[in-house]
Amino acid sequence: MADNKEWKPKILGMVCNWCSYAGADLAGGGRIQYPPDVRIIRVMCTGRFDSLFVLKAFADGADGVLISGCHFGDCHYLEGNYKSAKRMFMVKRLMKSIGLDDRRFRMTFVSASEGAKWAKVITDVVNTVKELGPSPLTENK
Amino acid sequence: MVEKKKATTKKTETKKAAPVKQEAKTQAPAPTVKATAAPGVTTTQKPRIGVFICHCGTNIAGSLDVKAVEEYAKTLPEVAWADDYQYMCSTPGQGKIEKAIKDQKLTGIVVAACTPRLHEPTFRMATKEGGLNPFRFEMANIRDQNSWVHMHDREGATSKAKDAVRIAVAKAALLQDLYPKSVPVEKAAMVVGAGIAGMQASLDLAAAGIKTYLIESAPSIGGRMSQLDKTFPTLDCSQCILTPKMVDVGRSANIELMTYSEVENVEGYIGNFDVTIRKKARGVLTPKEAEARGIVGGGCNGCGDCDAVCPVIKPNDFEVGMKPRKAIYINHPQVVPLIYTIDFNVCVKCGLCVTACGPEKRAIDLESKDEFIKVKVGTAILATGYDIFPIEKKEEWGYKRYENVITSLEFERLICASGPTGGHLIRPSDGETPKRVAFVLCAGSRDNTGVGKPYCSRFCCMYSLKHAHQITEKIPGCIPYIFYMDIRSFGKAYEEFYYRIQDEGAKFIRGRVANILEDPKTKNLHVYADDTLLDRPVDMEVDLVVLAAAIEPKADTERTRRLFGVSCTGDGWLQEAHPKLNPCGTTTAGVFLAGVCQGPKDIPDTVASAEGAASAASIPIHIGEVELEPYFATCIEEKCAGCGMCVNLCPYTALSLVEKNGRTVMQVTEAKCKGCGTCGGFCPGGAIWMNHFATPQIVAQIDAFLLGGEQ
Repeated sequence: MADNKEWKPKILGMVCNWCSYAGADLAGGGRIQYPPDVRIIRVMCTGRFDSLFVLKAFADGADGVLISGCHFGDCHYLEGNYKSAKRMFMVKRLMKSIGLDDRRFRMTFVSASEGAKWAKVITDVVNTVKELGPSPLTENK
Repeated sequence: MVEKKKATTKKTETKKAAPVKQEAKTQAPAPTVKATAAPGVTTTQKPRIGVFICHCGTNIAGSLDVKAVEEYAKTLPEVAWADDYQYMCSTPGQGKIEKAIKDQKLTGIVVAACTPRLHEPTFRMATKEGGLNPFRFEMANIRDQNSWVHMHDREGATSKAKDAVRIAVAKAALLQDLYPKSVPVEKAAMVVGAGIAGMQASLDLAAAGIKTYLIESAPSIGGRMSQLDKTFPTLDCSQCILTPKMVDVGRSANIELMTYSEVENVEGYIGNFDVTIRKKARGVLTPKEAEARGIVGGGCNGCGDCDAVCPVIKPNDFEVGMKPRKAIYINHPQVVPLIYTIDFNVCVKCGLCVTACGPEKRAIDLESKDEFIKVKVGTAILATGYDIFPIEKKEEWGYKRYENVITSLEFERLICASGPTGGHLIRPSDGETPKRVAFVLCAGSRDNTGVGKPYCSRFCCMYSLKHAHQITEKIPGCIPYIFYMDIRSFGKAYEEFYYRIQDEGAKFIRGRVANILEDPKTKNLHVYADDTLLDRPVDMEVDLVVLAAAIEPKADTERTRRLFGVSCTGDGWLQEAHPKLNPCGTTTAGVFLAGVCQGPKDIPDTVASAEGAASAASIPIHIGEVELEPYFATCIEEKCAGCGMCVNLCPYTALSLVEKNGRTVMQVTEAKCKGCGTCGGFCPGGAIWMNHFATPQIVAQIDAFLLGGEQ
């Protein structure tokens, strides 16, 4: 990682339409600046995320994955975020068991009114992944 | 070098992945999927995607290289056409999409512009106008989540925009024709909260011929406005202008008024909300209820004989605790409906009221229980209103420690002719008439200490001016001292009212009150502040202090909003769909907001908001049907093992297991499915196809993401 001065982390953000995507839009409206390293895929609910999506992303070269949804109790679909969170713990356990730092995968809760929080979350995620460097799974390729 | 090597590996991988996508594609329009049976469009055709990049003036073009993104888009294998334009949402911009669909025989459209939450409907329409199914459209957000938030990183923003376009193109290549489903809308509405907002909304809905259930948790309607004495700037008597509306609500044939009731549960979706209402045990029968029990001519007529004999005395909340009430009570003489209520928390069930009520009316039932009523409505309006911020938390002002420090709501009751003192303003400590009254504005509002509220409560300036007027009018020689930060007199005829109060002799001191101390002997108060206009400290001795306390969302707003799936801001005010362009709507289709529950408002704004909400809520009902986005789940039966995991995961009980061709497979009830995709995220066999968010589509997006970093 030290020799890669130009290295830009590949971070996938998978966010729900109702809370975090709206929160990200709000950060835009407020022109709250954050690093441009996260690529966003929008779905209706974080409950849509198959654990395999996360694992596939890591297996094929992602350095970090962020899942962001509504706060508990605020899910547009009642409880999709709870179910997603459960999967998140499972995936984190799996990551640890194969020696992949589980800080590369994070689930956060950002509401539609939390633009500033979104910017902070992205900054934190990017900083964490940059600190960890390229994923060991990509280096072997 | 390393990067390049990686990139080539990725490419071969995606090629490898291609057959999987293909397979999914052929499987996707499973025979059960009515919505995807698109006439005339074969799913095996090679994708020809058109990419359109918006400059949004300089909003996008100012922070990233639009031309570079366009050139990059042209290199993508699925892309048949790429173009850019100043404003894609303009008529010529949309025209470009329509023309390219026809000329280039496009199969899918990607617009890289603002957010789909703003313009997805616009571009879907343009896609449709061009002759494609509107759901063959995907948006890449390169403004709200790119150019606006990476304004000083042109290279980073451009690279992110290229990736966003590539990810969108990957999805667009796999998008399918979808057809929205129409569902009928129940010709009834619900309004939660019967303050001025809820009443106005109900009256409008009722006038439009819509059956309206008006739910109020208090025993009577009227809300905060019924507690007020006069209203600014016209000085109308609040009750005088409110009671005709209260009476109208009580009389309207289209309004079913349910007081002392709360929303217990909400199920369903726009057009078909199934709401369970808890009718709290009231202990008193209305004439209607009495008749239903066979007591002809019975039921409560509001005579008050029960009140006279009840031995239990409690403070009256309506009078902010300054007047007593009995365990069986009405709040004030003008209540609608005029029905007594037993407070079972304090009632000792002595039965004196039953005897006093007599054998003819037999209105009192000491054994009454909560009842649950189910109603079906097409749309709902939340009008849950506000509470006064507990201003004792700002300890420096001594509320609840010093008797002569009161809140403005207490002032309203004291100055009101129907209030506890018959309209005579007195000092609570000795009953004397005050000669010097200090008004503390922004009491807990515009407060960044973490104790109060950061926002402006919006009507305190104006009612404090009105209070100053009422004092000078009622008590000759009494001087009002107004401690303010800014006077916000923004409404129609408000500024003129401000000048009038100045002329009437009110004294204005610009400075936030730092501290209030009581003289233990006289119970007079010393108000300490900095006069920032004269630049000198103030120590003013007054007889009475009125705190213009901040407001906050009503305590049960949180519960109610969760039942209806409405989100809120950090302060707890309910979140509108768009702060400027959709202030009455919410992100939950069919649920609307009226009045202060959305944010502080004075009475004119509240009424306007209520009329707006009523109008919005009546539209789907008058159309009679509503289109639901066709993001339903469908079962790919060949893959389904019938394990039933998804059945338990579905929060809407939309999924069930059925026997088909000798196998157990899952079946979706489309009317119940809201398209969250929780089932699809969990299905171990990959047997659930989520329309528009199908696994192959998301996997293609992830693959496209992983190609990043090579340009």
